[in-house]
Amino acid sequence: MDLNLKVWRQAGPDATGRFEIYPMHDVSEDMSFLELFDVLNEQLETRGEEPVAFDHDCREGICGSCAMMIDGRAHGPERGTATCQLHLRKLTDRETITVEPWRAAGFPIIKDLAVDRSAFDRIVEAGGYITAPTGAARDANEILVPKQASDAAMDAAACIGCGACVAACPNGAGQLFTAAKYSHLSLLPQGQPERFTRVVSMVEEMERWFGSCTNHGECEAACPKEISVNFIAMLNRDYVKAQFKNPALSGQRH
Amino acid sequence: MKTLQDSTKTSDDNAKGSTRRPTNPIRRFWSSAVGKKWVMAVSGLALLGFVFVHMVGNLKIFLGAVHLDEYAEWLRTLGEPALPRTVVLWGMRLGLIAAFGLHIVAAAQLTRMNHKARPVRYQSRRDYVAANFASRTMRWTGVIIALFLLFHLADLTWGTTNPDFVRGDTYDNVIASFERVPVAILYILANIALAIHIFHGSWSMFQSLGWNNPRWNPIRRYFAVTFAAVIAVGNISIPLLVVTGVVGK
Repeated sequence: MDLNLKVWRQAGPDATGRFEIYPMHDVSEDMSFLELFDVLNEQLETRGEEPVAFDHDCREGICGSCAMMIDGRAHGPERGTATCQLHLRKLTDRETITVEPWRAAGFPIIKDLAVDRSAFDRIVEAGGYITAPTGAARDANEILVPKQASDAAMDAAACIGCGACVAACPNGAGQLFTAAKYSHLSLLPQGQPERFTRVVSMVEEMERWFGSCTNHGECEAACPKEISVNFIAMLNRDYVKAQFKNPALSGQRH
Repeated sequence: MKTLQDSTKTSDDNAKGSTRRPTNPIRRFWSSAVGKKWVMAVSGLALLGFVFVHMVGNLKIFLGAVHLDEYAEWLRTLGEPALPRTVVLWGMRLGLIAAFGLHIVAAAQLTRMNHKARPVRYQSRRDYVAANFASRTMRWTGVIIALFLLFHLADLTWGTTNPDFVRGDTYDNVIASFERVPVAILYILANIALAIHIFHGSWSMFQSLGWNNPRWNPIRRYFAVTFAAVIAVGNISIPLLVVTGVVGK
C-alpha cells in the first residue's frame, strides 16, 4: 500500500518543530506502525538525512515506550492497542497519516516524537509502592484477598505508563495513570497501611506536572490497556477521605 | 524539567518532596485540583437542587396568578414566626451566592491550570472519541449561564430591565417580561445552555465525589440525561407558552 506520512520533526527540546511529509511506497499492510517508521528511517539514513526519533522497546504492547499521536488519537484509531501493535491493515482507508508527539507540559519533547515521561516516575516515587519488609516471603495464602478485589487490582496494574491518558486528555491531566498506580496497591490488603498518605502524596505530585480531570473520558478510550475511569473516582474518593483520617488511628481495623 | 508551578516558585521548591502546600487543612484541600473538583461537585449539587426547586415553584404559573403570587409570598414568610420575614429566604440566597462563587472561582482556577498543562497545543486536528459536546463546552455554557443569571436577576428580581415591573406582582411581571419575543428567545436559549451544562455536570459530579459503584454506574448517565431533560422542558415551557399567548393575563 501507498501512503503519506506527515511527521512532526523537531531537532531538540527548544527547537521550532514542523510537519514533514514523507511519501511511503509499496509498504506491507502487515507491518506494525513502528515498522513503518523503521522503513522510513532506513530510507532517511540512505539519503543521508536525520532519522525520526521515536521511543520503542518491547514491540509487544507491554512496555509502554511507544507513544505517538496518530491522526489525532493517542496510539491511533484502534481501541486497546499501543502504537507497536497497530498494523497498517487497520489504516488502509487513509491517504495521509499525521503523527505528532504527546503534547503536555509534563512531557517535554526531547526530539521529534520522543518525549520525556519522567514526571510519571516522580508520581510513582511519591507513593506508588508499598514499604514491604525484606526477608522470607510470607505464605501467599496467609492474606485473604477477595477475587473481585484482586481482579480490580490487576486491571489497574495493567497500566504500562505510556502516557496516552495525558496525551488524549483535553486538559492534559494525569489522573488515569495516577489512579491506576494508586489503585493497584490500595485495593489490596498489603497496600492498606500507607493508603491515605499514598493518595495525598501521589495526587499532590501529579498536580505539579499535569492538568485537572474534568471527566471527559478520553483517557479511558485512548488507554491501550483499557483502564477504566472508575479508578479515577476511587482516587478522588480516597483523596477526600484522607483529609478526614486521623493518622494516629490508622492501625485500627474498625 | 519544569513543573506547572515553576513560574512562581524557586528551583529549590522543585526538588523532590518539597512541594510547598499550605499547612492550613482547608487551604491545602483547596490548593489541590482534586479538592477543587470536590468543591465544584458539592456546590454543583447544591445548584442542581436549587435549579430543580426553582423550576417546580415557577411551574405554578400554570395554576394561575393567585397560586404563583401566593408561592412567592410564602418564600418571603418562610420560617415565620420562629424567624423574622425573609430571613430564611436571605439565608438561602447567601448559600446560593456562596455556591455560585465557589463553583466559578474553582472552575476559573482549574481552567488556568489546564491551559498551563498543555502550553503547546496539538498542531494537527484532534479526533475525540469520548469527550462530548457538553463536556467540551462546559466553560462556555457556564459563562452563558452566569451572564444570563445577571440579566434574569435584573429582569425579574430587581426589575431594571423590565419596564412594567411591579415589586411583588410575580405573575404579572413574568408575563410582561416573556411577552417580549427577544426576551423569551433569550430565556429559551439560556435554558438550553443550562441543560447542556447539567448534562455533563450531573454525571461528572459522581466521579469527582467518588460515587462510583459498578452496580449503580449505569444509573448515573440516566440521571444526568433525565435531570437535564426535565429542567430543559420545565423551564422552557414557561417563556414558550407565554410568548405564544397560551398563558397570559
